[in-house]
Amino acid sequence: MFFPISQAHVNPIYLVVVGFVIGLLGGFFGVGGSFIAGPALRLAGIDWNFAVGTDLAHIVGKSVVAAKRHRALGNVDLRLGFIMALGTIAGAEAGAQLIQMLKRAGNVNFVVSVVSIVIYLSISTFMLWESWKTLARAKSRNAGSKSGPLRAKSDESAFQHVTTAIQRWRIPPMISLPASGVTISLWIILLVAFVGGLCSGFLGGGAGYIRMPSMVYILGIPTHLAVGTDLFEIIISASYGTFSHAIKGNVDILIALVMHTGAAIGAQLGAISTQYFAGPKIRLAFVPLPLIGAAIVIYTMFTGHKL
Amino acid sequence: MSPRSKTEVRRTLRAFALELVLYAGLVVVYFFAVLHFLGGWLVQLETQHIRVYAVVAILLIIGQAVVLESVTTGLLRLLRGGRSE
Repeated sequence: MFFPISQAHVNPIYLVVVGFVIGLLGGFFGVGGSFIAGPALRLAGIDWNFAVGTDLAHIVGKSVVAAKRHRALGNVDLRLGFIMALGTIAGAEAGAQLIQMLKRAGNVNFVVSVVSIVIYLSISTFMLWESWKTLARAKSRNAGSKSGPLRAKSDESAFQHVTTAIQRWRIPPMISLPASGVTISLWIILLVAFVGGLCSGFLGGGAGYIRMPSMVYILGIPTHLAVGTDLFEIIISASYGTFSHAIKGNVDILIALVMHTGAAIGAQLGAISTQYFAGPKIRLAFVPLPLIGAAIVIYTMFTGHKL
Repeated sequence: MSPRSKTEVRRTLRAFALELVLYAGLVVVYFFAVLHFLGGWLVQLETQHIRVYAVVAILLIIGQAVVLESVTTGLLRLLRGGRSE
């Protein structure tokens, strides 16, 4: 099928399948999936600028479907989502400025590659340790009782003592989030969102791989709500990114619409599946995702090829 | 796995397979009916009014998301006898 905006010939079935896989991951983990979608579009022969912009447009659609489904399941904290969107947009702009500075210094590729590898590996290692420890603790606690293992949708964390300490910082204004059962300083929420946005602007993509864990470990949001709220927040920030890329001529909306037909069904399945897993199990399953991102960057660094 | 769970999984998989077939049919119709007619207009918009194109692109993807979500939810409900999941 010929797509006249990007001047590319791409098999629509390939686009639908890629969309489905990314939708499934997004619905289950609350991530945009750009670390897979970008290389997958590039692999189909689409120029990098179109791959990045079109991927963002498709992320908007996929996140609408998954967030709508999560909202029906009671997994979206709208107040938190709106506040985080503000911090994310500001952080994304700062990240883009940082990229421009590094471009002028002439070492953008090396710095971004090293930083992204360090971030991806740190997230995976930390989440592996934490979710493993939480599951082991739950198992040993329940060994002597009749309550059984962690049930679907239940949540606890081995990092809870740090989260509780952060929540004790009373820097006004304090924001009450009844949907998440948390009261926390507005500045901490904005800081978490800003760092997520900074990673998004600096490393590319939606940076759900850093925002979803941050919401759980720093803000103390239950995992299911963090997944749903992150998706809701991605709708706002990715729409902003799509507009910004579209006016620069980097969005082929026809490709995004085709990809989204697969993503719509994948996102629904992913969102529904979260109901059958406890929070620590979702976090443990999340561990390979940043590793895939790290592997792609390492491959690009050592071979010079862009996937 | 208990026989009851097996029956439940089998029923879910059958409903999902049927849903995929129906959904694939709808998507093929969508490709030919909508993208064919919209293609030329969007290319023109992208070359002549890039800001309008940017807004239309966002509205189109959100609109499609809302419609497809309703379609898949409706199909799931229909195939599972009134339950959404």
